[in-house]
This record gives sequence, C-alpha cells and structure tokens, in this order.
Amino acid sequence: MKRIVLFLPFLVFLVLGVVFYFLLGKDTQYMPSALIGQPVPQFQLVTLKGEQIKQTDDLPKGSYLINFWGTWCPSCHVEHPYLMTLAEQGVTIIGIDYKDQQAAARQWLRDKGNPYTLVLMDELGQFGLDMGVTGAPETFVVNAEGKIAYRLQGVLNAQSWQVIKAYL
Amino acid sequence: MMKQLLIGLVLLGLVNTTFAEERMTFRSELNQVRYQSLIKELRCPKCQNQNLADSNSGISVDLRQQVHNMIESGKTDQEIVDYMVARYGTFVLYRPQNTPATFLLWYGPFILLLGGVVLFVAVLMKNRGRGSK
Amino acid sequence: MTRFMFPEIGQFSLILALFFAVALATLPMVGYFRQSRLLLNTARPLTHIMVCLVVIAFLLLAWAFITDDFSVLYVSQNSNVDLPLRYKFSAVWGGHEGSLLLWVLILALWCLAVALRLDSLPQTIGPLVLSVLGWVASGFLAFLLFTSSPFVRILPDVPTSGGDLNPLLQDIGLILHPPILYMGYVGFSVAFAFAVVALITGNLNAYWARWARPWTAAAWASLTLGITLGSWWAYYELGWGGWWFWDPVENASFMPWLAGTALLHSLVVTEKRGVFKSWTVLLAIFTFSLSLLGTFLVRSGVLTSVHAFAADPTRGVFILALLVVLVGGSLLLYALRAGQVRSSVNFGFSGREAWLLLNNILLSVLTLTVLLGTLYPLLFDALGMGRISVGAPYFNAVFGPIALCLMVFMAIGPFSKWHHTKLASWWIPILGAALLSMGLAATIVFWQTFDWLTWCSLSVAFWVMSMTLLDWFNKQFMAGKQRLNQWRTLPSRYYAMVIAHFGMAISLVGVIMVSVNSHETMLKMSPGGQAEVGGYVFVFDSMELIKGPNYLSDRGHFQVYQQGHLVADLHPEKRFFTTRQQVMTEAALGAGFTRDLYLSLGEKLEDGAWGVRIHIKSFVRWIWLGGLLMVLGGMLAAFDKRYRQKRKKA
Repeated sequence: MKRIVLFLPFLVFLVLGVVFYFLLGKDTQYMPSALIGQPVPQFQLVTLKGEQIKQTDDLPKGSYLINFWGTWCPSCHVEHPYLMTLAEQGVTIIGIDYKDQQAAARQWLRDKGNPYTLVLMDELGQFGLDMGVTGAPETFVVNAEGKIAYRLQGVLNAQSWQVIKAYL
Repeated sequence: MMKQLLIGLVLLGLVNTTFAEERMTFRSELNQVRYQSLIKELRCPKCQNQNLADSNSGISVDLRQQVHNMIESGKTDQEIVDYMVARYGTFVLYRPQNTPATFLLWYGPFILLLGGVVLFVAVLMKNRGRGSK
Repeated sequence: MTRFMFPEIGQFSLILALFFAVALATLPMVGYFRQSRLLLNTARPLTHIMVCLVVIAFLLLAWAFITDDFSVLYVSQNSNVDLPLRYKFSAVWGGHEGSLLLWVLILALWCLAVALRLDSLPQTIGPLVLSVLGWVASGFLAFLLFTSSPFVRILPDVPTSGGDLNPLLQDIGLILHPPILYMGYVGFSVAFAFAVVALITGNLNAYWARWARPWTAAAWASLTLGITLGSWWAYYELGWGGWWFWDPVENASFMPWLAGTALLHSLVVTEKRGVFKSWTVLLAIFTFSLSLLGTFLVRSGVLTSVHAFAADPTRGVFILALLVVLVGGSLLLYALRAGQVRSSVNFGFSGREAWLLLNNILLSVLTLTVLLGTLYPLLFDALGMGRISVGAPYFNAVFGPIALCLMVFMAIGPFSKWHHTKLASWWIPILGAALLSMGLAATIVFWQTFDWLTWCSLSVAFWVMSMTLLDWFNKQFMAGKQRLNQWRTLPSRYYAMVIAHFGMAISLVGVIMVSVNSHETMLKMSPGGQAEVGGYVFVFDSMELIKGPNYLSDRGHFQVYQQGHLVADLHPEKRFFTTRQQVMTEAALGAGFTRDLYLSLGEKLEDGAWGVRIHIKSFVRWIWLGGLLMVLGGMLAAFDKRYRQKRKKA
C-alpha cells in the first residue's frame, strides 16, 4: 500500500506531462465565437447607399460572409483587395461599416471598389456588440441554413481563406 | 507665490475654474459600486489578460459603456453577465461559472483541505499511539 | 576587427560549458558508485571551469549589446542605437534567448557557491550535489544551444539599428527583477540536488535537511525579493494601479514560493526532530519542479499572458522533455527509494511538530489551489470544452480564506514547544492577544463602513503581530530563570522567524487596506481644471511635449493639495516609442507611508482634455514593506552562524 502511495506523485506528473504535450503548438489567440451554431442576431440597420432600413429577413438565403470593417481601421486597408478578389469569384459578402462615418465609408468604396453585395451602417457598434465583435476587421461565415459557422478575427487573406472556405 | 495665491483663491471658490467631470454619471451610489465591481470581473475579450476596468482598448471602452447603460436601465448583474456570455463566451468571466465542468475548480481546493485535515489527524493519532510508553 | 569574432567565441564557450556540465553530471556519479576518490574530486574543478565558460558567454553577449553589434540577431531584435546604456545592458535578458542565458548564468553561480562551501559537507555528499546540479545545467545548456542560441548572426546584411527593447522593459524595476527572481527560482535547485543525493545514497537521515536549510532560505529570500519587485514594478509601470493580477506568469513564480515556504518549515522539523523525512524530500523535489513548470509555462507558448515570451513549438517540446527527465526522473527515484525511511519520534497534538505539519498541509493546499487555477483553463481548452478564464475573483474567493486560516495558526506556532506544549501555560496570553487584536481591528473597521470579512482579516493580521511580539518578549525576558533586565542573545534564526512572520502580517494589513479603503475614478480633465478625490484636490496645471532618448512624451503637470497644502507634484506621461511605434503610460506616484496618490493618463480627448485615472491607494506600500521584511528574515536564516562551521577533521 505504502509503495503505491509513493508512486502517486510520479503518476500524477506523467498525466500532466501528457496533457502538456497536447497543449503544445495550440494557438492561444484563437477565440471561437460564442454564436457558433446560432442564427444571426436580430437587427435593424440602415444601408450605406439609399438609406433603406434592412432587417434580419433581408439577409441572403444561401451561404455568405459578414465582414466588419471601418475606414479608421488600418488592417482593413490590407484586407480590402482580397475581398475584391473574393467578390469577383462570386462570394457573397455583407459589409458592416462598423463605428464609422457615412461619408468616409462612401468615399472608401468609391476609391477602392465595392466587394459587398450589401453594406449596412453600424454607427454605434450595437450590432457589432450583438455579434461579439472585438474590433475590425472580423469576418463571420453564415452557412446555407442561416447559422453562424465560423468567425475570423483579423485580416482575411489567401491563407485564412483556406480555412474559411470549408465552412461555407 | 502668485500661483499659490491663485490656487488658494481657487480652493476658496473665489475664482471660476473648469472642474473635472466624471467620465460616467450614475443615478445612485449603489449603481456606481455595482459598475466598479462588474468591470473588474469581466475580462477584456481582445487583450492579453486584463479586466475591463484596467484596459484602455477600444472594445473595453465600448463594453464599459454597455455595462454602464445596462446598469442605469435597471438590468441586474446576472442579466448583464448573461448578456456578455451570450456574445463573448465564458472567456470574459474572471469568476468562472459554477457548472459540473468547473466543479473541481471550485470545490477541489476545499476537498484537498478536507483531505489535509484528515491526514493531519491520522498522522497525529499514529504518532501519539507510538508515543505512549 | 577582432570584435566581430566575439559572438562566435561566446557560442563556442557555451558549447564547451555543455561538455563540462555533462562531465560534471557523470564523472562524480561514476566515482560514487565505483568508490573512486579521484573521480569524485573532479566535481570541484569541473564546476569552476563550467562557471567560467558561462560567465564568459554572458559577458560577450552583454558586450555585443553595449557595442551595438547588430550583426547578432538577438541584439538587433532587442536593442537600438538610441537606447540608454543601462537598458542596453538589461536588454541582455529582455528576450527569450538572453533571459535563458541569464537563467543558466545564475544556475552556474549557485553551483559555484556550493563548490566554494564544499568543505562544510561530507566528502561524498558535496561532489554528488554538484553532479546533480550538473544534470540541471546540462539540460538547460542544451536547451539554450539547440533551440535558442543568443549568438546567431545575421550576415552579411547587418542592420544599422535594432528593433529596440520592449518599452515595457525599459525601467529600473525590470533591470533588477529578472535576475533576482531567477536567483530564487534556480536557487531551489540546490535543495533539490540535496534531496536527490539523499535518495541516491539512501542517506535519508536528518543531516541532509541541515545542509539544505541555509541554501533553501537564501533561495527563498531571493524569490521573495523578486516577487516583491515584480509586484512593485507592475504597480507603477503597467499604469492601472494593481499590485497583483493572478496572471498565470505571476502564479508561476508564486507556486514555487508557496512550496518553498512549506519546505523551509518542514526542513526545520526534519532537522530538529527527524520526522517527516520522506515528505521533506518530496517537497524539495516539488518546489524545484514548480520552478521548472513555471519556466515551461512561460516559454512554451501554452499561455496567454502579458508576460509570456514569444513561443516556438520546438522549444516547447524540448523544455517538456527536460521537465520529464528531471522531474519525472527524480519522482521515480523518490518512489523507489523513499519507502526505506522510518521515523521513530513521537509527538502530541500540541507539539510544535503538529503545528508545522499543519503549516505544511495548508501551504500545500494553497500551492495546489494556485496550480489548479492556473492549469484549469489550459485543461479545459485541451479537452475541447471551450475557453474559460480564472482570475482574481476566483482566487480571492478560494485562496483567500485558506490563506487566512494559515495565518491564524502562524501566530500560535512559534509559542509551541517540541514534542508537547502545556496548554495551560499559553491560553491566557493567546486569549489576551486575540481580544486586543479584534478590538483594534474593530476600531479601525468601524471608522469606515463595517464589513465582517475585513474585520476578520485585520484581526488576524494584528493577532500575528501581537503574538509574534509576545513570543519574542517571552523568550527574551521571561524564559528560564532570567530577570527582566537581563538581555540574552537569541539566535539569529529566531529573529529570522520573528521578522519574516511580522513582515507577512504587515503585508496582510497592506493587502486588506488597499482593497477596502481605496478610491479610484476616471475623469475628463483639461489644463486648468481640478478634481477632488478622497479628500485630495488634484489641479491639472499644464501639458508639455518632451523628447526622450528614444521616445516622445506628453507630460502632464499636476499639483495635489490636501486642506490647502501642497502635498505632491505629479508628472504622469504618455510616451510614444518611435522605433516600436508603441505607446506607454508612465503613471505618476505621490508615495506615502499610509497612502499613495496614483495618477495616470488615459486617452487624449478633444480640446486638449485628457482622460485621467486617479487612485488613492491606502497603505499599499505596506505590501512591499512586508515583503522586504520577509527577505530580511530569509537572509538572517541563510546566514545563521550555526550553518557556517566547517567540517570537523576526522
């Protein structure tokens, strides 16, 4: 009996060691969204062009991306050309102009091109809050059933697209 | 000298001066206390390891504002916590929820303590028995 | 240009150091089993050479920093032409590679210290202890050379200036904090080595405890100082006025401290009474294992923390392997050997043995609590159950009460006698001290809003103080057949205990007061404006733009008045470091014995206004004052005369 007790610290340590081994190389920054598997939250937002009110029902029926961006966000400059490429490939992207000025946003789209099928203004960031956004850019994948399948924090590029594609 | 005189006047309220304003106003002192303790228990979802109170990042400023609004509009602490968890996940709670999965976390130390006390008594009984010559 | 050879020489001396470390790890061991005096005696010269080589490597790296040798990758990443000289030197340990070299350097210096005191140990024990330290040194030198060499060059395109040191580290607190913290971390390797040698030789008598005691006390004092400095640094440099965050990296240094504290106490029992022998051995292994675990957590990238190093999976695998060999190996050895121990001493419920056993149980529970809280989010994530955070509210709720329990017994322990204490002789002073403390605490608490938890914890703090003083008075004047005016010389190890316990109580007072009696607000202030916080009037005089050596800064001028008197001039800054494009907040402090005025700048608002964060921190300095007293206690214990006798010539 006593001998078993003496082996106990060694055994506990071995278990810990195995756990540590599996922890290695994990991305500690990766943060899954709390909304995975849920439908897009209710909203009423104004479109950037034409100033119509849009609701959750107005969202596309198939799978699509929701991209949060803003003219104040440096990484969005980096991301924008890739969004254009995706749009050319026929990917549906809903743009949410997050905590931004209407005039600046319009200018941005005129200068750089518009990859979005629909752009909604979230001036106060309330919709961003409901989506659990922590900054811009952030991109959500909504699948054909209208459920949120994946969330990417940071720049969408060719590399991260490989991961995202699978969720569409 | 002049400056000290001036400040003396200011303190006596004889000179008009711009006073600092609170960044946030509350309807009651209780609300302010609730606000202070809530923003200390909520984690900034984007920072390395900071609570909302300590962080100056944009999202923390927004979330502090949201907590403030919710408190002032009469929401309970639990409602505010649930609101945050629904959007940002359990990651934002520095005080982990009490669920079966966190049972060991919350009660483990006290189970260990109990084990320790049992061990303490056992060792002493054994030693005392040996000691009676 | 000979200087361009220096990094290669540095690399080469590290390689040689590894060879000597491996020799040190093997030759004396072989000598012990073959009973060869000659091989055993190689331990000392091998240690000396290894230490010299590591020192050379370290100095060459420092030289590369001081002379701005940006052809060295590590220098170019962590230094800059404009960096002030003192920070160029401290930048040596500003990143992973260099701080690991510092780790190895400090281990080497501990080896040297043991080698110099070799004559105080029996002829077989000393070389074996050095040999076990040689295992640790081999492991870390290999880790340094194979995964993280600081001497890697970038040739032929040498940058003209470097990427600059992380601004967070450009501070006096961070020049001192890592070396002293590592002194503590690594210092526990000596106690570990003694324990392992006791297991190898099967010589698990009380002697090893006696030899290990001063080394453990010295390491413990360093670790205490390191943690105290780290807490002070976080307080004034991170800019939000906290002094302890329960951050995983802080916990990584706190766990060895808790275990080390338990070890200090259990070594006493093992030495004096020959009990808990196998437990003390396990605790010595456990303490150093926690140091290694901390190193693993901080450097393998499994944690999210403000302080963690940039991670690289190969490093993680290497250091995990190191952990498995050193910790797993010693625990296996323990399992195989510790069964032979028998203790034959008896003691009762009131004996000092019982109190120290309780101390060890509570400290172990506390250590495991911190371990649980630190690892739980990692395990949670590893099992795919999502991500959770375990922070201050958890530790305050779980760690706090158990720690308070420990402090209650900490006050009584010193009163007790070995084997058995006559209860009747001490319950009157205990009751007196308890009533006095509760009364005093009540007066202070009633002065503010009453809170029973505050009252309890303050009572405990005062109780520890009064009991400690009472015990001292008793031993100084009353014990034996002394008259009151006679002064007897108590041993310095007794004063060590008194001072350390008193320091703990002082820290506790600081912790309680700062948490219940502090004010904090965030204000919007413009130059010329003023605000009243907790009875102090803060006047915002002006802002100016100043230029530092490697940064630009917005500096505020504030005056603080209390009842019309100027009490402090505060100059908070918002620094913009040009090379790294990073903004740093430099808080301004009006330090005081009973309160700190703490002011830091938030974001710049419209019309020259600023967000300003103002704290009044009550008794916050007591936390570190208590820490310093504990350090003093630890030093006194380490340098007690009793341990300095040389080995008697047979």
